[in-house]
Amino acid sequence: MFNLFKFSSPASFYPLAGRLTTLFAIASVILLAVGLYMRFFVAPTDYKQGEGYRIMFIHVPAAWMSMFIYVVMACWAAAGMIWHTRLSSMMATSLAPTGAMFTFIALWTGALWGKPMWGAWWVWDARLTSELILLFLYVGFMALESAIDDPRRAARASGLLALVGVVNIPIIYYSVQWWNTLHQGSSIKVVKGGVEASMSEIMIWTLLVMTFACWFYTIAVALNRVRSIILERESDSMWVKALLQGAKS
Amino acid sequence: MRDLTLAMRHRSDVLTTVFFFIIVVSLFPLGVGPEAQLLKEMAAGVVWVAALLASMLSLTRLFADDYHDGTLEQLLLVPQPLSLIVLGKVLAHWIISGLPLVLMSPLLGLQFGLEGDALLMLMLTLLIGTPVLSLLGAIGAALTLGLRGGGVLVSLLVLPLYIPVLIFGAGAVTANAMGMGAEGHLSLMGAILLLALVLAPWASAAALRISVE
Repeated sequence: MFNLFKFSSPASFYPLAGRLTTLFAIASVILLAVGLYMRFFVAPTDYKQGEGYRIMFIHVPAAWMSMFIYVVMACWAAAGMIWHTRLSSMMATSLAPTGAMFTFIALWTGALWGKPMWGAWWVWDARLTSELILLFLYVGFMALESAIDDPRRAARASGLLALVGVVNIPIIYYSVQWWNTLHQGSSIKVVKGGVEASMSEIMIWTLLVMTFACWFYTIAVALNRVRSIILERESDSMWVKALLQGAKS
Repeated sequence: MRDLTLAMRHRSDVLTTVFFFIIVVSLFPLGVGPEAQLLKEMAAGVVWVAALLASMLSLTRLFADDYHDGTLEQLLLVPQPLSLIVLGKVLAHWIISGLPLVLMSPLLGLQFGLEGDALLMLMLTLLIGTPVLSLLGAIGAALTLGLRGGGVLVSLLVLPLYIPVLIFGAGAVTANAMGMGAEGHLSLMGAILLLALVLAPWASAAALRISVE
């Protein structure tokens, strides 16, 4: 039987992460190239928004990723709390900066798009505000993590914070939604018997390719980062020393 | 309770919180100018933001004193569940930092030109809302216990979590002023309070165990 917990040991996970990093990095580069080509040359000009709508192809995947990464991070944090596996909290730590980056990209591209479309860089709208709060949550997570010197305590404390945050996200999301709204609803809705979209097929495909590019990028970067964290935290263990010896000679 | 007597001995702490609250609120008319209409519209938001900041000011001391003199470690060993003890401490924190704000708020609302009904509503929302602030804040305070720069870190962690309370609290007063009825906002705040009452002491207890091990 395939043993899931075999790879929860940093020593056996490290080489696996190395192989996966390369794999996902290559996949992400290819998809990104295809996605960017489709985005700039294949996808038709929107009849209402003109060329400016092309920002959407990075804005929407970034916004999806920003929320999704937070949930994944919280899951890793929960796993780390429940099973006390070192690797889980390392994964949570390594996902946070990427999540914060995507949140920032979503906000930034949103501002660039908002200026010509809404005539304002920033409006106090539900989605914008909750995305901004998400950024604060990421920053808080990273700040707490770096403020605690003992890595074990840091991992557990920030993990708890991530869990508290994930309980709060729906509350924050709905509270700002009822408070004020201008951001358009999502154009893609999952309805009974398939996906219904208010945009042309080629746009959807471009969007999907870009989303998967972002996905694979996240996986590659997070795994790469977790490799560094493993080396740093396990630097006293035998296998890391052996690995470093091997690298030197 | 012990926490209350201790707090009463440091009476200046309570007064600092209240005066901080009053000063922050008074800064707004100085900043934006004394137009009565504008101030009236802003009143709920201003009072609420000030209450948020004031209740956060005293958060760092929630567990810090006990942590430094070792009482906290004893409390962890007591047979009663830790979350219950945390709840007691949070209650004490609310009585010394939240309740005075609730009592002061009508006076400040009056300065902003709010009238009878709106004042009552402001007081009511603060009465429901400030316990939530203390409960959520306890998690942040427990997590940052004994860290350098803990005070700033607490605000970074806790303020994003305060946002729903702020929105519904200030929203209830505004909705009431526009004659739309505030029941919806109030029941949502009540729901948040109950949720926080159940989950927050438990989370802070877990955070305390992490911090004190």
